[in-house]
This record gives sequence, C-alpha cells and structure tokens, in this order.
Amino acid sequence: MAITEAQLEEILAKYPSKLQKNRKKHIIINNQECGAQTIEANTRTAPGIITNRGCAYAGCKGVVLGPLKDMVHITHGPIGCAYYTWGTRRNKARTEDLAQNFINYAVSTDMQESDIVFGGEKKLAKVIDEVVENFHPKAITVSATCPVGLIGDDINAVAKAAEERHGIPVLAFSCEGYKGVSQSAGHHIANNGLMDKVIGAGTMEKANGKYPINLLGEYNIGGDGWEVERILTDIGYDIVAVMTGDGSYEDLKNAHVSELNLVQCHRSINYIAEMLEVKYGTPWLKVNFIGVQSTIETLRNMAEYFGDPALKARTEEVIAREVARIEPMMEQYKKVCEGKTAFCFVGGSRGHHYQGLFGELGIDTVLAGYEFAHRDDYEGRQVLPDIKTDADSKNIPELHVNQDPNRFKLKLSPEKMAELKDRIPLSYYAGMYVDMKEGTIMVDDLNHYETEEFIKLLKPDIFASGIKDKYVVQKMGIPAKQIHSYDYSGPYAGFNGAVNFARDVSMGFASPTWNFIVPPWKEEPLLTGKVNAEGVA
Amino acid sequence: MLDATTKEIKERTSGGVINPAKTCQPIGAMYAALGIHGCLPHSHGSQGCCSFHRMHLTRHFRDPIMASTSSFTEGASVFGGGANLKTAIKTIFQVYNPDLIAVHTTCLTETIGDDIPNLIKTAEIPEGKKVIHTNTPSYVGSHVTGFSNMTRSMVNYFSEATTSLKKEQVNIIPGFVNPGDMREIKRIAKLMKAPFIMFPDTSGVVDSPMTGEFQMFPKGGTTQAELTDAGNSKLTIALGRFASSDAAEQLDKKCKVPTATLKTPIGIKATDDLVMALRQAFVTEVPYELEEERGQLVDIMTDTHFHFHGKKVAIFGDPDIVTGMTELVMSLGMKPVHILTGTPGGAPGSTVGSFGEDIKELVGMAGIDANIKAAGDLFTLHQWIKNEPVDLLIGNTYGKFIARAEDIPFVRVGFPVLDRSVHSYMPIVGYRGAMRLVEMISGALLDRQDRDAADEDFELVM
Ligand code: SF4
Ligand code: SF4
Repeated sequence: MAITEAQLEEILAKYPSKLQKNRKKHIIINNQECGAQTIEANTRTAPGIITNRGCAYAGCKGVVLGPLKDMVHITHGPIGCAYYTWGTRRNKARTEDLAQNFINYAVSTDMQESDIVFGGEKKLAKVIDEVVENFHPKAITVSATCPVGLIGDDINAVAKAAEERHGIPVLAFSCEGYKGVSQSAGHHIANNGLMDKVIGAGTMEKANGKYPINLLGEYNIGGDGWEVERILTDIGYDIVAVMTGDGSYEDLKNAHVSELNLVQCHRSINYIAEMLEVKYGTPWLKVNFIGVQSTIETLRNMAEYFGDPALKARTEEVIAREVARIEPMMEQYKKVCEGKTAFCFVGGSRGHHYQGLFGELGIDTVLAGYEFAHRDDYEGRQVLPDIKTDADSKNIPELHVNQDPNRFKLKLSPEKMAELKDRIPLSYYAGMYVDMKEGTIMVDDLNHYETEEFIKLLKPDIFASGIKDKYVVQKMGIPAKQIHSYDYSGPYAGFNGAVNFARDVSMGFASPTWNFIVPPWKEEPLLTGKVNAEGVA
Repeated sequence: MLDATTKEIKERTSGGVINPAKTCQPIGAMYAALGIHGCLPHSHGSQGCCSFHRMHLTRHFRDPIMASTSSFTEGASVFGGGANLKTAIKTIFQVYNPDLIAVHTTCLTETIGDDIPNLIKTAEIPEGKKVIHTNTPSYVGSHVTGFSNMTRSMVNYFSEATTSLKKEQVNIIPGFVNPGDMREIKRIAKLMKAPFIMFPDTSGVVDSPMTGEFQMFPKGGTTQAELTDAGNSKLTIALGRFASSDAAEQLDKKCKVPTATLKTPIGIKATDDLVMALRQAFVTEVPYELEEERGQLVDIMTDTHFHFHGKKVAIFGDPDIVTGMTELVMSLGMKPVHILTGTPGGAPGSTVGSFGEDIKELVGMAGIDANIKAAGDLFTLHQWIKNEPVDLLIGNTYGKFIARAEDIPFVRVGFPVLDRSVHSYMPIVGYRGAMRLVEMISGALLDRQDRDAADEDFELVM
C-alpha cells in the first residue's frame, strides 16, 4: 500500500521547481526506523494553489469567539466575513435565559466605500451602541477583517470608549485575514484576548463542586461537548467552563478556579492552557474524546490526576456500563468497515483524533494531515524549542502572563507532577506522528492537486475531510465524510458519538447509490444485447 | 429562537447590519466565472475569502466548486499583491491547466489598490490561454453586484462585433439563478426556435453528473467563442436588472447589440414577457407545447386559488428574485406585506432602477400598502413580522429561524439554500417553474392547515 519516494517525486514533478522543493518538506512517508522525521508546517501556502485553508479572522471569530453564546460578536468590515461565519459551523448552544442566547445572530458594520475612505471608527462605535440598546449583552467582541488594519481604524480605542459608555466589557481582536498563514493565527489572537480580558475577571475564588475542571478546545460541533459533559458529570466532575462550545462569558470569567484543564483541540487553544498554568498553577491534560479507547484512556488519566480511589472506582463503573451498552452496536458496524482504508485530512487536531476511531472500526488510516497545524501537532511538543518563527508568524503578538499573586496555587507538588508526567500526557501533546504506522503518509496543507494524485495511487475506501473537497472525492465514487461539520450529524465524541460515527461511516460504505454510477448501457454492448434477448432481428 | 429580537423597533441609523440578507461581491463573481467553460475563478486576496466562498457555493450546490487564491500574507498586503498574482497565474496554468483564469478582487486588494489589468499584462500566460478579471470591492453592492460585474467583464474581454450584419441570434443573460433555471430558460428558447447564446451558463458545471470520475472542468459553461460571438447577436435579453442589465448595456455600447431588460421570468407574467420578446425578435409562432404549459399553469392557479387568496406574505432575498416572487404571489391573489432585499436598491433612472420604487409600483397596482426596503436586514424583517404577522415566509435558508420563531410556513427560494437539496436542479422560472412554486407554496400552507387542524376538522379532501 505504501508509496515510494520515486512515486512521490513523480507527483511533485508537476509543480514549478521552487514549489516542488517547498511541498516536499510538507510531506513525509513514515519511516520511524531512521529516527524522528521532521515536517514543515505553519508556513504560507503558495499563491494559486487550491488549499483548504482559511484566514485568521475565521480562526478568531469563526472558531474561538463565535461559540461564546452570551456575548454579541460584531464583525468590523464589509459584509461577507460576518455572513460566512453565521451558523455555518454547527457549534450548538443553549441558555436558560433565552433572550441572552446570541448564537443565531450575525452583526456586521457592513463597511461601505465611504467607511474605507474616511475610516470606520464612528460607525463601529454606533453599531456597538445599537447592539447594547437592542440586546443588552453581558459582553461584546469586535473582530477586524482585512481592510480594517489597512485603513488604520483603531478598534481598541473604539472598544475602550464603548466600555466606558456602557459599563460592559468590549473586547477588540485585530484578526485581519492576512495575518499569519491560516486560521491558526486567529486562534492565537483570540486566546490572547480571552486570557487578557475575560478569564479571571470573575470573583469566584473556589469552585462549587468536587474535581473542578475546564474543558478547552471543545466547540460542541453537533453536540460533542454535551456528550462529553454527560460522561464527566456522571462520573462526578464539576465543569467550570468550556472553551468555547456552548461556552459563556459568565463561566469563562471564573475559569481560574479549576484544578485541571482538559485540552481537546491542542492547536486552537494550547495558548490559553499554557497561560493558565503559568498564571494560576493549573496543569493541563491532553485529552481525546474521539473514539471509545481514547475516551476510556482520557477518563482514566483524569482520575489518575486527581488520584482519589473513589473517583477511580466511579470512572471504571461508568466505563464498564457505557462499553457494555455500546459494544454490540459497534460490533455490528465493524463488520461493514473491517479491512478498509481511509485518508484523514482535517483542521488542526482532528486529523489525528479520528485515526483512533477509524482504527477501532477496522479502518486503516493510510494518509493523514492537518490544514493549519504546527510542527508540534505532528511531531510532539518536544520540538517546540526548535521551531523557528518566520516573518509570517512573527506579527502575531505573544501574550506574556505572570503568576497571579493571589490566585496562583500549585495544584500538585513538583514531585507528583514529574511522576504523573511519566504516565499521563500532563501539559504535553505527543502529536500524530507516533500513532501512525510505517509507510503511511503525513501531508501538511494537502491541496487539491495532491488529493487527486494520492487518491489515484492509494485508492482509499473513505476520505475524511471538509466540505470543499467532499464532492470532488465523491465524484470519484469514494465516500467522503465531513469531519468539520459531520455532514449535519453528530455528536461524534464520547461513547454515543463513537456509535453515531460508526453508523454514519457504515452508511457511506453500504449506501446502494454507489451501485448505480455506471448505466447498464455502458456495460452491455448494444448489438449482442439485442441478439441474445430476442434472437436475430 | 431569536428570542433577543424585540417587537419594539428601535431605529438604527449606524448602517450596521444584524442578520444580513446579502453577502459580498466576490462570491457572485466566482459563481458567474464558473459559467464559462474551462474557467478557474481566482480570488485575489487572502485565503479566507476564497475559502468562505467555495464553502458557501459548495453547500448550496452540493457539487465541487473549484477556485484558487492569491494567498496573501501581511507582506503582500503592505507591498501589494503583484508578485502573488503572477506566481499564482503561473502555478495555476502549470498545475491545473484551465483554459482561462477569471480573477476577481476582494476587499483587501481593493483597499490596497492592486492594478489587476496591468499585473495580468506582465504575467506569464501560456500560448492559447487567457486571464480575465473584474473588480469586486465588497464594500459596494452585494453578491449580486459581483455576479453582474463578472458578467460585464465577459463582454469587455471577449465580445466583438465582427460581422457587418447582426446574426439571427439572441444573447440571454440569465442572472444569478440556479443551473436548473438556466436549463429551463434554454429549453424555452429552443422551443421558440430562437438561436441563442446564454452567458454565464453554470448548467453542466455546478450540477454535473456522477460518473465515477472527477472532472475539474466539466462539460458545461459558455465557450469563449460564444462569448466573442455575442457581439454579433441582434439582441440581448437581460433577465433581472440587478444581475444582468449592466453586461447587456455594455454589449450595446461595445458592439451595438440592443438590449431588452426583462424581469427574471418567475411567474406567468414575467414568463409571458420572455416568450413575447422572443416571439417578436424572431417572428416565430409560439409552439403548442409552450401554450399547453401555460394553459396548465393557469388551470392549476385557478383550481387552487382558494388556498392562497388574501393570505399575507413576507418575501426577502436578491432583488431580481424578490421582484419575481412578489409578482407571482400577487398573481395568486396573495398579499405581499413585507418585501426586503439586503442588496442596495439602486437609484431611480439608473440601469438597475430602484428596488423600492419598482416594488411600490408593483404592489400599488393591487392596492397593497407594504413595508418595502432595500439594503435591509433580517432583523428588520423579523421585527416587521412581529408587528404585522404573515401567513407565509418566502426567502433563502436564513429565513428558517424567523419562520420557527414566529411559527410561519416557509418556502425556500433563491440563494443560498443550505439545508435542502435538489433545489438547484429544479427551475423556479418559466411556466413549469411557476407550477413548481405553486406546488411548494400550497404544500407549505396546507401542511400547516393539516398540522393545526383538530381531529374533526382534519379532512381527506382539501
Ligand atoms: S474580506 Fe471582504 S471579500 Fe473577503 S469574505 Fe470578507 S467581505 Fe468578502
Ligand atoms: S477541532 Fe479542528 S476544526 Fe475544530 S478548532 Fe480544532 S482544528 Fe479547528
């Protein structure tokens, strides 16, 4: 199944020579015998290449801020950007006070030509006033799109003045689409803003429940977060805040009281996780609620962290009950999936997470990669010191936090911490590389051309990716599964999610529609058909 | 649902938008460019725009939408994107090999003022290949404007008057409609035996068949030769003023092809206008087949009029579509009381006319006093509905939230429809499209009547 270096060269030969060399560094054929391999990531996509990547604004407003339900998110820019991030991501949310749920609203300053020429600050200020007057939100965010930075609107000053006028936090994010090389820059900008202005702004000093945790990098796509919450509350955890799926300003501001931070999507939220550790002494645990085994392992690691025998016992009880419940269903789907192969190319963490779930169904992932991840998401965080920042990422400001004099508290003794780190991924992420088999391929920022070529070579049975390449792949007669928005299904996380995913993937294989692709007249010669059926005419 | 929306309307003067009823120009330009055979649309700007536009079009059509981007970084934004565009053009021809590239701008490149025609001139373009462009500043107009701009650019780049006498053929500019509509308009033109050139024509591109093979450049689309020959036609029929009249005017200016601007042929009257225009231009009898269809439509409308008569409707969407739908519901005896588009309305007397004035005149003929707004948003529409409830809402997918909040039957029409399938294959134009709309509307109203009926009022025959 594996491809050779020569075959890879042949694919790349189609590119202009400079691009050939560039793309080669983003593609790795797994060969762990010869030691750690290095992949290039988080560098700019060549102009003209049909990439799946989006922009910093998409990462900031679309991914991280958008799901916060009790804040009104204003997009400062022409209309498109706000419009495309309105309800398209399937991050679900519910609130007790129905009038404080803004998830189905899109607010834009809808900049016009005169705003571009004369500046849009006044208009932005007025839009903020109207939002307050109409919605009375607890807080507001303002996200900038491409032209804003260029014309020099000072959104920070506008936000600050509005805060004073209205007495509520107004957060400004300079996440213009040209910053960085992908959504990733926007995640970072959003993380900084939330850390700086929201987390810790609450007055709580101690959590209400036992085992207080935050769930980071969980966006509640298709209800994923709710399934995770179901399991965690059942075991007895107190979820203080979720970042940011079904999350709220109200919860987020007290996130500092947690004893542990769980990190689901490392790429989009690791900055906050790190800063929380520095500022409040709260370690983070890399978790993975995608797949039955990963969920079980995650639950056990969490119990291990708190070290309470009663919690461990309860964890095992819930695991045993859930596994017994879903196993028969999973078995039935495994029969359909066993022995198949997959490509898994998504986002910044799912390209890794879904490999385990595919594996449980008997599906081998032969090619995987991320759209906008960094080297550490592939190779593990030990490479962090080696990553050189280039001109494109240098302009994303780093936020430096210090120990909070009143609230910093070591949650574990340094000895205990060191001991645990040997056993569980505490404040560490190992990346996708170590989980991939010999001969499999890792591709960063996979593009349309390479997708077609790799499919021709490796002929996968299923392609897990996003909406933009879904129908390309299906036209080739190969089922394609959207792992960003789940093809309008879900949840896919946790125990119930695994079953949903297994069902949906099996459906993709078993659908009768694939059988109709070739019309009968293409398979039967015109003349012989007639002769056999009716004798010589 | 939408519980933060109040009935009380507080005047908003900022010009900001809450829940838009329009989007930005480039997506329209991208869609129009897909209607040229062998064309790869190219978005000159940062990656995000291209990604958003492809995502959205893909969701509406459920088909591959191929387009490339100049992938700006901050450096390009400061120093200009010339190098990006030139590299892009070279790479695109080498790797994807389209017949032509259609460049459109984004708000980023418009703001920095990249001079696209000059950049194209200095780019490496292989023999026999072509690069065209249009400017699509997102801070002007809407996605409909972008469609219109790219269509006008097709005229600018290709159309030529090469014959001394105009040919017995008509140009048809279908406007921002689905491929299913374009196919229906072509069917009508064929029935009328009118030789035609349709541009842009996305049928066969974004509704391509499943064959087991992916084709980056599918069979459909207007050919470059046809676009050139459009300058020799004796008439251009522009369907929908906002999306089509600009290109038609340009064709008149450039190649002396006279223009007839008609409404998007939604409903019986607008379709009659199209048929009459073709009949007059080609002095040809209307075939029985069309007359039969028309008669069937009238028959259906008459048979079912009691489902509709006097019912209040709210309509929103793109101006050309909204105009057509308004006329259609009025022909059924319904009362359109709220009519809104997100697209700016145009000035009276301009080629696109004024949305507000035109709709006012239209509903005025039936003595209806409606709320009418161009450059409006769905927050406003929702508040109108709270103040004057309606029996039916017609619009794109975004209307479903209002429909649910207010418990109103809802018919999905226009762009985008993201939560239902098949719509892009099926026409809403022509007599058969009108039949489909009548079926959709009556289905929505009667399903509601059934849902709400007490057992004893729940009837077999309706
Ligand atoms: S940056 Fe401009 S062109 Fe791009 S999506 Fe936003 S509004 Fe549209
Ligand atoms: S899980 Fe994927 S899509 Fe979601 S935020 Fe992380 S990288 Fe983005």
